[in-house]
Amino acid sequence: MAKTKNVLPGFNLSLGYTLLYLSLIVLIPLSAAFIKTAELSFNEFWTIVTAPRVMASYKLTFGASLIGALINVVFGLLTAWVLTRYTFPGKRLVDALVDLPFALPTAVAGIALTAVYAGNGWIGSLLEPHGIKVAFTPLGVIVALTFIGLPFVVRTVQPVLEDLEAETEEAAASLGANRWQTFFKIILPAVWPALLTGFALAFARAIGEYGSVIFIAGNMPMVSEITPLIIITKLEQYDYAGATAVAVVMLIISFLLLFAINGLQWWTNRRLNIPR
Amino acid sequence: MKTSFLKLVLIAALFAPLGAGAADITLLNVSYDPTRELYQDYNAAFAKHWEAKTGNKVAVKASHGGSGKQARAVIDGLDADVATLALAYDVDQLYEKAKLIPKDWQKRLPHNSAPYTSTIVFLVRKNNPKAIKDWDDLIKPGVSVITPNPKTSGGARWNYLAAWAYSLKKNGPDEAKAKEFVGKLYKNVPVLDTGARGSTTTFVERGIGDIAISWENEAFLALKELGPDKFEIVIPSLSILAEPTVTVVDKIVDKRKTRAVATAYLEHLYSEEGQEIAAKNYYRPTLESVAKKYESQFPKLNLITIDEVFGGWQKAQKTHFADGGTFDQIYAK
Repeated sequence: MAKTKNVLPGFNLSLGYTLLYLSLIVLIPLSAAFIKTAELSFNEFWTIVTAPRVMASYKLTFGASLIGALINVVFGLLTAWVLTRYTFPGKRLVDALVDLPFALPTAVAGIALTAVYAGNGWIGSLLEPHGIKVAFTPLGVIVALTFIGLPFVVRTVQPVLEDLEAETEEAAASLGANRWQTFFKIILPAVWPALLTGFALAFARAIGEYGSVIFIAGNMPMVSEITPLIIITKLEQYDYAGATAVAVVMLIISFLLLFAINGLQWWTNRRLNIPR
Repeated sequence: MKTSFLKLVLIAALFAPLGAGAADITLLNVSYDPTRELYQDYNAAFAKHWEAKTGNKVAVKASHGGSGKQARAVIDGLDADVATLALAYDVDQLYEKAKLIPKDWQKRLPHNSAPYTSTIVFLVRKNNPKAIKDWDDLIKPGVSVITPNPKTSGGARWNYLAAWAYSLKKNGPDEAKAKEFVGKLYKNVPVLDTGARGSTTTFVERGIGDIAISWENEAFLALKELGPDKFEIVIPSLSILAEPTVTVVDKIVDKRKTRAVATAYLEHLYSEEGQEIAAKNYYRPTLESVAKKYESQFPKLNLITIDEVFGGWQKAQKTHFADGGTFDQIYAK
């Protein structure tokens, strides 16, 4: 370890900067959360983070984020595919539209989605007669989280698809592969790592989302309260320690999930690369 | 239109630093959400008053947000010369958490440091199709009630306690019955917004609910903005006296040497001029002469106070809104 010479110069310097930067931007603020939590005894901490209302909110936050991210994997891949493989009028416009959820203040997104999906909105008024309520239900939470996650999948998959020349697919077809085989054997393995990254980003973003969800969720205890709202609720009672306790739990779960997804990515990369 | 607006912005940008330089003193008033219009009017009036009285120029900036959030900002170090918040409990925290003010801050100004008051009324749709007259009507099956979440909204806590107090009055001093009453009421609530403005929007814009429990000033504002042909105000037989309280933040005015002007700023709220401005912005004036003048605007109703029924905010907060309090018990399975 000590004497491994790197081909690139400046390893120590750049690593030093990386660590310093990460510490300043990420680790120090996060460690403040842990320190605040340390005011609590373990029993108090455990009672707070496993209270029924808090448990219900984990279920909603992680469940809705997962569903939202999965929807984005399917339709984000489709969108990226359409944007790279076909040309059609207005393509640049569509391309730009994809980024909109990035740029829009999340509160604006939340208000717009609520207006559209509420019982008297454009879409809501069509769905409500069929007994489908979107706004002010957990379904509304999924809609909001899908909305904000879309660009992550499209933007990670798109460059990979662009690099993957159409000729490969033509070659597969000329060698007798049908369309499903081309998709599953040629395209999917190539975009898989990017897709996984997109999924992880969309998922992580959805877990932390507050602004857009709060308007459409309805915020009923035990039903449609997301975990970030629980944290705000505790802060509103000046319960700093309780708020950071829940935050710490979210942090740990999120970190473990992202770590697992990264591991999965590493594993599939290796598995896919070995036969080549 | 566009160019003139641009010009305006440019001119404003040009003169802004000059303007700030011209004022000898600046004050920061940290307030809550629905007082935006009130303090916009009042700050201009006070600047004039102060210059006439002392010859010094003062510029008052106001910051608005959820009452609890604003209190936390001051606790965490925002340099607020004065705090004008939705409830005494939030101001109390400035003492509790950071010792920025003395413990008996509320005794320093008349009327419990509440220069203007407000109350809780019902906002219903035109012609009152569900015939809502009083709190009893809110617990009937099939009536949909809009009110924000009392855990996140100061205003919602007044709503909750008003309903509780009504039950105590109606069904006798029985806390269990009051809990049942409020529980039934919240079973009729389909959406719990995080703040009072959000609730008004849900009721007015989304068309959800038959009745919204609302600040009186907020209800008047909705009526004024959206027309009395859509909504009506219903006055319940009993409501609660809401006392938004104000204080000078001692540690900060001593540091910034602004105590004199900050104190005058709050005292002037009690003057005839201050009270007029409050009344025009739909807050109930406390000064007798102004209250008389606006009598027709503010119907008389039976008002209880937090202190007499709930023994003060600290106690009310603990019993009802802390984790595991009566509000949480409504939703506990």
